[in-house]
Amino acid sequence: MSSRLLRLAAPLFTLAMALGCSGGGSDAPAASDTILIGEYGSLTGKEATFGQSTDNGLKLALDEINAAGGLNGKKLEVRVYDDQGKTQEAGTAVTRLIQDDKVVAVIGEVASSLSIAGGRVAQQYGVPMISPSSTNAAVTKIGDMVSRVCFIDGFQGYVMAKFAHDDLHATKIAVLYDQASAYSKGLQDDFGREFTSMGGTVFPAQAYTGGDADYSAQLTSIRETAPDAIYVPGYYTDVGNIALQARKLGLTVPLLGGDGWDSEQLGKIAGDAIEGSYYSNHYSFQDTRPEVTTFVETYKQRYNAVPDGLAALGYDSMRVLFDAMKRAPSLSGKDLAAAIAATNGFPGVTGIITMDANRDASKPAVIVQMKGNQPTFVTTVYPKGQEPAAAAPVDPAAAPVDGAAPAAAPADPAAAPATPPPATPAAKP
Amino acid sequence: MTKLLQTLMDGVSVGSLYALIALGYTMVYGILKFINFAHSDIFMLGAWVSFTLATLMGWTSDAPWIAGPAVICGSMLICGTIGFVIERLAYRPLRAAPRINVLITAIGVSLFLENVGQLEYVFGTRPQRMPSLLPDTVLASVAGVSIRLVDVLVIGIAFSLMGALEYLVFSTKLGRAMRAVSHDLKTASLMGIDVDRVISITFIIGSSLAAAAGFLTAAKYPSINQPAHSNWILFGLKAFVAAVVGGIGNVRGAMAGGLMIGLVEMFGAAFFSPNLRDVYVFTLLIVVLLIKPDGLLGRATVEKV
Repeated sequence: MSSRLLRLAAPLFTLAMALGCSGGGSDAPAASDTILIGEYGSLTGKEATFGQSTDNGLKLALDEINAAGGLNGKKLEVRVYDDQGKTQEAGTAVTRLIQDDKVVAVIGEVASSLSIAGGRVAQQYGVPMISPSSTNAAVTKIGDMVSRVCFIDGFQGYVMAKFAHDDLHATKIAVLYDQASAYSKGLQDDFGREFTSMGGTVFPAQAYTGGDADYSAQLTSIRETAPDAIYVPGYYTDVGNIALQARKLGLTVPLLGGDGWDSEQLGKIAGDAIEGSYYSNHYSFQDTRPEVTTFVETYKQRYNAVPDGLAALGYDSMRVLFDAMKRAPSLSGKDLAAAIAATNGFPGVTGIITMDANRDASKPAVIVQMKGNQPTFVTTVYPKGQEPAAAAPVDPAAAPVDGAAPAAAPADPAAAPATPPPATPAAKP
Repeated sequence: MTKLLQTLMDGVSVGSLYALIALGYTMVYGILKFINFAHSDIFMLGAWVSFTLATLMGWTSDAPWIAGPAVICGSMLICGTIGFVIERLAYRPLRAAPRINVLITAIGVSLFLENVGQLEYVFGTRPQRMPSLLPDTVLASVAGVSIRLVDVLVIGIAFSLMGALEYLVFSTKLGRAMRAVSHDLKTASLMGIDVDRVISITFIIGSSLAAAAGFLTAAKYPSINQPAHSNWILFGLKAFVAAVVGGIGNVRGAMAGGLMIGLVEMFGAAFFSPNLRDVYVFTLLIVVLLIKPDGLLGRATVEKV
């Protein structure tokens, strides 16, 4: 509100200056002492917990940045609009942020379909957008304004396939995915391709529609194939019922999943039924790297909850944006987008963030296992060709990183011990 | 054979839940000739109020046997009251207004309930786990089909409630008044029937039945979605289809329609493809409407001009 008043006041003020005073030099609009950043997310609606976690993490980073003096003495301010998890609302929210509020950059969304809707608008107006956690490959293909601080589904599918093959020694895997979600569908394709290329068998996928209550038909068919594990790349809201019904039907094999499982509600809802199952995630709050421990500590103090992966990514997206703002020659869309794309070796909570040629963050994933209703760290899986020894920046020509955070060891040794040696024949993007 | 019996069991238990909700749609339509779109939100409230009551009482694990009956009664009572208040405040002032006004109001009430439910100090936006209040033991195994107590209870409770309603509508004075109002509101009021009271009671009964369905759904599928999740609307929509298939305005039709929808959905999912389960339901609706536009048990009425 205050900045809207300011914008109203600015022309009046300049007018008064021009009329009354003796033409006091520059005719630039009264310099506002804040820099406005836009955020859009599902703060209500069925994916509300995603938007709220992201928002919590983002606000935490924002306050830390402002407490440390902001950008050249200017405070940063975030204007947030709720898109209710609806595609059309996401487009409207970004249009409002850019046209009405004149934000310098936009952060959002979690769900890929919404990031695509919002990203198109941001690209059209030439305003940089960072998606904290949309993993579908199509998001950054929109154009050079759109980037993300998380890995993409192709990698996440590979991570779980590799873990199932190398560590679980599974050979036959059944798949149950949400046919109404681009995220779930993409992940099941990627997982199936990777696991088959490693020599495993993937049974024809069973589908459900997000929000279904009854999975008995699909699970009965899966039971007939006697798999070693079941890959369920859906959201935790559905995984709870799936796990409970699978155990009732006598399916005792572990379930495997992706970052859509990441919520403290999963353990509360599924209880014993999810015990021993695994999922791939952006970070583990049990990681002992200093960035992670400080973040988890301050987050707990402020929100009285353990930060999930989305909160960590919200936090990282804000800090990556701020890092780029410091490096960019100006805050114009073009300069800022170029600075974001040049991010190299940024020590984020969710790992060392380096933007690749597609403006996707290239970084490792963790595998966690549900133990006593808590996700417990199991292992870290690195992108192909970036295993610990080679975890240093891939592209040495990229711009240097501003050393705001304490220098972290590039190979994050604390998270590495359980990683098996690289032995991957398949080609990967 | 195993699959056939298992599917039959699932179909009947889901179908009886649809039937319970369909009764609320059909009773309101029968009397006021309007579709209460907020009804699926009462169903949602039924599940969430049950969860809240159970949590408040501390019945999260090892609940005593009294917990189940107490929570279902509490939930029916609270949701019945909410149904009464909604009718009194939102629908009654519009009784003389064109039908479309009431319809839009119903959509407004629906959005209001969903969004109030999402507030942090009401139900919040997180899905929750419904505590197991009904014992979930395997009663018997017949031909490889494990018969679970919770399914038997769901079917049993649903059918007893439907039986009670059947008795109320067809064998009591109040039921006769309801049928009279449904037949002709104006004449009924001229015959000395307190129409407002009958309508209030209809809303209370319909809402308590939806609340019971909410409790039973949460008992059968313990992960309950947040209040604004589209699955509540979809579940309610299928119950509405059941009411239409059975003949809207007809109580027995709603029960038959509910069971039929449940069986079609489950058999389709088990023997053809689970991907298309919603398609079977709506295809059935289209077929029934084409062959018998008034529903299976509906009466064809001649419009007098």
